[in-house]
Order: sequence, then structure tokens, then C-alpha cells
Amino acid sequence: MIKATLTGQRLMALFLLGAVLFNYPLLSIFDLPRVWAGIPLLYLYVFGLWLLLVILMIWIIER
Amino acid sequence: MSSATIVAVSFLYLVLLFAIAWMGDRRADQGRSIIANPTIYALSLAVYCTTWTYYGSVGRAASSGIGFLPIFIGPTLAVCLWWFVMLKMVRIGKTHRITSIADFIASRYGKSQLLGGLVTVIAVLGVIPYIALQLKAVSGSFMILAHYPEIVMPTQGVSRSWFLDTAFYVALSMATFTILFGTRHLDATERHEGLVAAVAFESVVKLVVFLAVGVFVTFGMYDGFGDIFSRAAEFPDLAQLMRMEAGGNSFGSWFALSLLSMLAVMFLPRQFQVAVVENVNENHLRRAIWLFPLYLFLINVFVLPIALGGLMHFEGKGVDADAFVLALPMASGHGWLALLVFIGGLSAATGMVIVETIALSTMVCNDLMMPLLLRMQWEGLRRREDLSGLLLGIRRAAIVVILLLGYLYFRFAGEAHALVSIGLISFAAVAQFAPAMLLGMYWRPGTRAGALAGLSGGFLVWLYTLLLPSFAKSGWLPGAFLEEGVFGLEALRPYHLLGMEGLDPIAHSLFWSLLVNVGACVCVSLWRRPSAVEAGQATLFVDVFKQTRPAGDAFWRASAHVADLLPLIGRFIGPERARQAFAEYARSRGVADMQDLQADAGLVHFAETTLAGAIGSASARVMVASVVKEEPLGLDEVMNILDEASQVRAYSRRLEQKSRELETATRELRTANERLKELDLLKDDFMSSVTHELRTPLTSIRAFSEMLLEDPEMDLDDRQRFLAIVVSETERLTRLVNQVLDMAKIESGHAEWDNCEVDLKEVVEQAAWSTSQLFRDKGVQLEMSLPERVPVLLADRDRLMQVVLNLLSNAVKFVARDSGQVWLRLFETDEGLRVDVEDNGPGLTEDEYALVFEKFRQGGNTMTGKPQGTGLGLPISRQIIEHYGGRLWVESAPGSGACFSFLMPCVKSTETKDDAR
Amino acid sequence: MTKKILIADDEQNIVISLEFLMKREGFVVCIANDGREALEKIRSEGPDLVLLDVMMPHKNGFDVCQEIKSDPALQGIRVLMLTAKGRETEVSKGLALGADAYMTKPFSTKELVAKVKSLLEMTT
Repeated sequence: MIKATLTGQRLMALFLLGAVLFNYPLLSIFDLPRVWAGIPLLYLYVFGLWLLLVILMIWIIER
Repeated sequence: MSSATIVAVSFLYLVLLFAIAWMGDRRADQGRSIIANPTIYALSLAVYCTTWTYYGSVGRAASSGIGFLPIFIGPTLAVCLWWFVMLKMVRIGKTHRITSIADFIASRYGKSQLLGGLVTVIAVLGVIPYIALQLKAVSGSFMILAHYPEIVMPTQGVSRSWFLDTAFYVALSMATFTILFGTRHLDATERHEGLVAAVAFESVVKLVVFLAVGVFVTFGMYDGFGDIFSRAAEFPDLAQLMRMEAGGNSFGSWFALSLLSMLAVMFLPRQFQVAVVENVNENHLRRAIWLFPLYLFLINVFVLPIALGGLMHFEGKGVDADAFVLALPMASGHGWLALLVFIGGLSAATGMVIVETIALSTMVCNDLMMPLLLRMQWEGLRRREDLSGLLLGIRRAAIVVILLLGYLYFRFAGEAHALVSIGLISFAAVAQFAPAMLLGMYWRPGTRAGALAGLSGGFLVWLYTLLLPSFAKSGWLPGAFLEEGVFGLEALRPYHLLGMEGLDPIAHSLFWSLLVNVGACVCVSLWRRPSAVEAGQATLFVDVFKQTRPAGDAFWRASAHVADLLPLIGRFIGPERARQAFAEYARSRGVADMQDLQADAGLVHFAETTLAGAIGSASARVMVASVVKEEPLGLDEVMNILDEASQVRAYSRRLEQKSRELETATRELRTANERLKELDLLKDDFMSSVTHELRTPLTSIRAFSEMLLEDPEMDLDDRQRFLAIVVSETERLTRLVNQVLDMAKIESGHAEWDNCEVDLKEVVEQAAWSTSQLFRDKGVQLEMSLPERVPVLLADRDRLMQVVLNLLSNAVKFVARDSGQVWLRLFETDEGLRVDVEDNGPGLTEDEYALVFEKFRQGGNTMTGKPQGTGLGLPISRQIIEHYGGRLWVESAPGSGACFSFLMPCVKSTETKDDAR
Repeated sequence: MTKKILIADDEQNIVISLEFLMKREGFVVCIANDGREALEKIRSEGPDLVLLDVMMPHKNGFDVCQEIKSDPALQGIRVLMLTAKGRETEVSKGLALGADAYMTKPFSTKELVAKVKSLLEMTT
């Protein structure tokens, strides 16, 4: 059985964090015609954030 | 590439899938499940990624840039909440043997058949476009690939006859495949291990192929991410795709799509099937929580590069962006990669179609057909002994019908829409389940009427704001109402209800339908109190984690015998499977024979859940109710069980029980205490007796000594006589001290037992010889009768000797001088060796008889004078004999002598109570 | 006039020692071996004093003492109780029943003689 309430709370926090970072207005900060190493900023931000979230999930659950 | 090649390869691939599924089923039957693995579970969840993802994401990215992403970011976020929500769904599903999402909702709201049917209808209607999407993708990609090396888009709008239509054959073959996979037999748990294994395998295939294409485009055709993006940036319209506003994106629709996909990933029938119904172990959720988002991330990394690459490569060539994934390898002359892409697409499509149609067919069978058949009292239902074949038939037919409906939708409506918009219509339909599901899991007051109102309201809004417009766009309906609203009322324009502007159609529909859905559900639920069944089910669902045992029987006070239930269950899942299930239940209850099972509510509950696995909870309840004697629980009773007040009552009941237990314990303690006091009194008596016995000889000794001391001129005779008395009293004192110590040792278990092989005959002879002087002095005759030889005992020789001596000297003591006679006998009995010492003395009175073995109770009367002895001889003798598991007793009647006997067991002599120390 | 003393005890050796002791002091001695015999002897011999053991067969010393004290004809008889059970309760029980004196075994012969003489209001 899954227990560990702390893990659940962390995942909940991660959900809220992701929901804020992936939506207006924070998302609009990166909606700029800038590129980094040829890659558009918005694309970098979204995929970078996505990967970060996944890594945090791994850290929270498998730690 | 010839069609035959493609068909052959596809066929081989499907055979491989089938082999995997077959192996999975076989392993499951052997109890070595291959899907009992968190990674496989997580991969099977990736059935979320269909051809819509596989081909459609690129298509959507080509028109709206990162606008395709919310469909995957939503699930990534939602997964964080699975720790609570999905775990609860899985637990409820397992506890109540939920077979589908319709079953879940029906079961939650009082096992309502109506609700289950409504959910089924919504699911079928909502998902059919989605299935059409898969058929469209497979047939489209097939036709494109068949023209290799040319790149020719499938002709639009040209009507082909259905028997020349690839999609028709795709639909048929998928139906066949699904039937083979999913309905080979009817399972009580409605789980398909092989299927899950195959789906997980397909998830790997589609991911690997898609990544291969991504790498090929990004690093083969172009020079990495930076290169593609830089080159695309040179085209103004492509540069726009890197921004939010591209292709009508807005933050509003971004949010709406995230929310929509969050709900879809939990409530799509196929997601519910793999995540809840097929779940083997709820711990598998842990890995799925991060592995599934990682999968989504990986399958999306290359979407934008492929879209941009395709847009640049096929600029102005009229290639559909939905086909870029396939067309790009083809354009570069990599036929094998294109074929792989086709297989990957086939994986995505078959995975989705199989799981989805199985889920839908289960719902159609359990929540639509069964209730209808039961309601119509269909004759065939009563006549048939084994209904499992009928159930399978219904499911197979449902699969075929659903796929044909999908084909029809594709044929008549699908051509008008891009892949993504079809998928979103389906998403919006299943999002209607969310309020009923989530409120059902977390909100007790939700009622059947509320769920019905919410679902139908939301469904109607969806129908009006999304499905009908899509029909209109396909030309099935006059398109005028899109612009003018029904009856010319502007407020009823499907994309702009009440004149709402600024939302895209999906977000608009989602907002209105969920508003109506949640609003209706909550308001109607609060209109009246829930019924008994509703309240019961609500508690079972909401408090599923608080229940320690797989409850349910608490609200189902009914009883039925195995003889009634077994045939019923057997009719639906087959007699053999039913017998197995009952036998297993009997074993879990610790009953050897299932016929011995108690006819209680637990058995009924078991039967009902078993049946629910086959025909859904609502129908199962109806069926089981037909054979059981139910005493319906009133609402008050259920509320009693549920209310917080009742929890208090339960506590107080537990308290009462505890206090009862305490009272019992107190009583026991009191008894023990009294017993101890008694023992204490006995000990006091014993001490007092010992004191008396010690002081008596001391009295004589002191008196005589003082007199001797005071009177030096006492004459010699008296002097001698008194000294002799002093000596004998001293001896008596010594004897007493020794015996008291002896007694104490034996009683406390500290005595030493010097066990060795003892010849009891020799002991008896020795004792007789030792006491011969006593006999001679008193003129008493001793007659002995001893056998030739006796078996050897293992015992303490000295103590046995002590016993015989004691009995002999007792006998001498009590017989009359000169005329006395004592018989000493030793003989073998069945139980062991027995020694009798019989005398012709006065015998024992009734009082003496009872007291003779008590300490310090001496026999004797004034006629014979007080006998010499301590009063401890017999008690000690008895202790010794009993130590060896024997008996010492006396038979006597007043005036006719006494016969003291003891019996030493032969066999047990080796196993003394406490071994020789 | 020589006083008569009844010795009531079931222990032969004690009887012998008491008999010797009392005779040496010049008393006339008669003997009983249990409670019933003691009462018979008291009535037939009319002793001035009884040396009464508590633990005796048939009738214990307390019963004997009680009978003596409740019988008006036997009022003049002094009772000296002897017991081997030295518990306080026994002493007080004996005195409550009307015993004139009480001694625990083993006793000092001198004290016993002194007690007997004081009970018989004689001085040495």
C-alpha cells in the first residue's frame, strides 16, 4: 500500500508549481522572440520545465 | 512499396503482438504474471498516445506551434495528483470489482442501472469519433506508404465504395484482433494480462520509432535542433510558430486544453481500463507517476522539429502535415524507415482501438445490454443454463458494432476534420465523467439524481456545442445554426453560447458543459437526502481507505446458500470458473468444503462482487437479489452506520465491550486473589501445625532436662527413663525437621530425584526387612506375596523405599498388639506395578478417610494411643508416587482394616514429570 | 490438705514429665489422655486445678475449659491452659473462655510450678 504522506504532499506541491509555471502569466514572460543556441526561448522553457518536473518526480518518489 | 508487402508486414507484426498477448495470458494462468511490474504498468498507460499523438501532434504543431503541448502537459501535471486520486480509484476498483468507468459511476450512486447506461451511451458516442480517427490514420498512412516512392496524399472527398476502402478492412481486422485479444474468455475480474503486455510492447514500439524519425529528421536531414529552428526562423510564418499566438493559440485555450487532457487521462474508458481495471498492484502507481510523464516528454521532444522540417521540406507541395512523420522518411528515400513508421502508427492505433473497444464493449454488455435483458425478462435468459457464452457474444457483437460505427463516422464525417480536432471532441465528451467521478470519490452527499442530472446536462451541452457543429461542418446538418443559432436566436450559437466570445470552440464547450454538469450535480444532489443504498455506497467509496476489511456487506444484510449462488454465478462466468472462485473463497475462510460455507452476508457480498466482475455491479445486484433473502436496511440504519454520531456510538460500543472485558478480568483477578488468600490460610495452618509439632517434643525435652538438672539426686531408674525420652523426642524432632524440609522441596519442585533403574521387588523386600524389628516388637505378622520378577522402573530408589517403609510402619502403628496382621503384596497390572499394604487394624472412619492424606492429620484414637509419627509421611509418599505419574490411595471401612496401595506406571517411568536433574 | 491436679494431654512424654513434676511438688495427680476423659475425670475426681492441653483428640482444651466454666458445680476448679500453638489469638481465646492462666509450650518447669502454686494460693 502506498502511504508516505510527505511524498503525497510533495507531489501536490509539484502539481501546484507546475500549474503555475505552465500557465499565464508566467508563461508569457518567456513568450519572446529570443533564441538560445538557435532554439527559441519558449520551446526551451516549456521542455526544460517539463524535464525538470519529471526529474523532481523521480527524486520525490524514488529517493 | 506494394500493398501486399505492407499488409504482410502488418500481419506479421500483429501475429507478434498476439504471441506476446498469448504468452502474457499463459503466464498469468500459471501465476507468474509478466505484467506484475511497475514499468509494464506505466508503459501500458502510454496507450494514451494514439495515432493522434503519433501523426496528429506534428500536424497540430505545424499549424499552431507549441499549441499541441497542453494535451501532454495536462497529464504530466495530473499525474502528480494520482498519488491521491488514482490510488483511490484503484482501491475502490479493486474493492468493488469495478469493470469499467460506467460500472464505477453506477456503483457509486447506488448501483444504478440507469446511470451506468447513460455513462455507456456518452462514452460510446464520445469515443466513436476517436476510433474513427485511428481508422483514418491507419488507412491514410497505408495509402500514402503504398505509393512509395511517390508521395501522394489520399484523395479527399472522392467517394470510394466501402469494399474498396482500406479503412473498412482496417476496421474489420481490428475488430477481429480485439475479439481475439479481449473476449477469449469471461473473467471474473475482467482483467486481460496478455492484452496489457501487448499494449506495453506497442508503447515501446511507437516511442522508439517516433524517436528514430525525430533523430533522423533532426540530425539526419538537418544539423540538430539549433539548425532546424534557425532555418525555420528565416520564414516569417514559421517563426510565428515559436510564439504563443500562433494559429489562434491563447493562454485561455492553453489552460482549457491542459484541464481537458488532465481529465481525459483519467476518465477516458481505455485509460480507466489500463490504470484501474488492469492494475495488478497499487504500488505500481509509484513508478507510473514519473515514468508516464517521462514517456510523454520523450514522444514530444521531436514533434516541433519534425513539423518545422516537414513544413520547410514540403513547402507548397500539398503534403498534409498530419502525414509528415511518414512522408519525411519517404521523401529521403528511406523506405524501411517509412515502413517502420507505419508499424509504429499501427501500434498506436491498435493499442488504442483494442483497449478502448474492450472497455466500451464491457460497458455496453454490463451496463446497457444486461440491464435491458434483465428488464425485458427475456425468455432465452431464463432457459439458458450457461450464460457466459451469451455474454461473450454480446461483447463480441459490441466490438464489431463499435468499430463499424467508427468506420461510418470516419466515412461520413471524419474527412472534414484534422486528427486533432476529432480527438478533442472525444476528450470533451469524457470530461463529462469527471464531476460524477470526482464528486463521487470525495463528496458524500452526491446522489444518483444529481449524477444523472449533471451527466445528462453536460452531455447535452457537449452535444450542442461540439458534436452537432462538427456534423454541420461535415455537411450532415445545415451549417446555418452555427452562425445564427437555433430558431435564429443569437444567444444559442453553438460556439458562442449567450454571446460568449474569446474562447475557442473546445474551451467554450468545456466551460459551459462542466459548469452545467457540476452545477446540476451539486444542486440536484442537495435537493434531497440520499437513499439508503446511495448513502451506503457513498461511504464505501469516499472512505475506502478507512475500511480495514473489503467491506460492502455492512449495507447488504442478506443471506443465501452456496447451493443457490453457485449455479447463478456459474450461469454467467461458466460453472467451472464459478466453482473455482467459490472454492478459493472457501479456502480463504478456512472452510474445506464450499458447501459448508456459512450463508451470511459475506458470502452474498462475495457472490455479488464476483458476478459484478462479469456483468457489472448494477446487474449483479439485481441477479443476486433474485436468489437471496434480503432484509432491506432502512435509511436510518444506514445513516446510523455512517453518521459521525454512529461512529461515536461505535466507539462507545467498543468502550462498553472493553469495560465488559475489564469486568471479566476483575472477576478473574478477584477469584485468583481469593484462591491466594485460601492458599495463604493453608500456609498459615501449615506453619501453625509445624510450630505445634516442633514445640511438642521440645516441651518434653525441656521439661525433662530441667528436672534432671534441678534434681541431681533423682534415682537412677527415673534418670535413665527420662534421658531415653529426651533422646527419642530429639529423634522425633529430627525426623520432623527432615520431613518438613523434604515436603517443602518436593512441593516447590526443588527436590532432587536420583533416578536409576529400580527393581521394585527388591525395594519391597528391603523395606520389609528394615521394618521386621518393628513387627517383631509389636508381635505383628507380616505376610508377603511377591512375584518372581517385575519389570524394572526408572525412579529414585530411596524415595520408593521411603514410601514402602512409611506404609509398613503406618500399618504396624495401627494394628493391635500381638493379634495384628499385615499383608504386603506386589503385582503387575495393565497400568503398572502395584503395591498393597493391608492391615487388620481399626480401619478409617469417614472423617479420617478424607483427611488421611492431609498434612499433620494423623489417624488414631484413644484406644491405641497417639501414634508415633509426624503426620507428613502419607502426604510425602503421595507426592513421590504422583511425581512418577502414579497413584497412592486407600481403601478402608471402619472396623475392617485398611489397605493402602500405590501404582507405579511402568512405561511412563522413563518420562517423569521433571527429568532427573 | 494436698491439692489434686488433673493433667490432660495426649502427648505421653509430656504427661510423664508433668506427672513427675507435680508429684515432686507434693500434689496428688490424676491423668486424662483426651478431652472427653478429662471432663469425666474432672467430675469424678474433683481436682483443684487442671493442666489443660489445647490440642487433644475428641474434645479440645477450649471446649473442656468452656464446659468447666459454664458448670456451676465446677466453679472452684482452676484451669491452666497449655498450648504448643503460641499464637496471640489462642492465648486470648483461652483467657476469654475463662481459663485462669495460660502457658505456651515449651515451658519452664519452675514457672509452671510457680504458676500452679499461685493459682492454688500457696506459696513455697
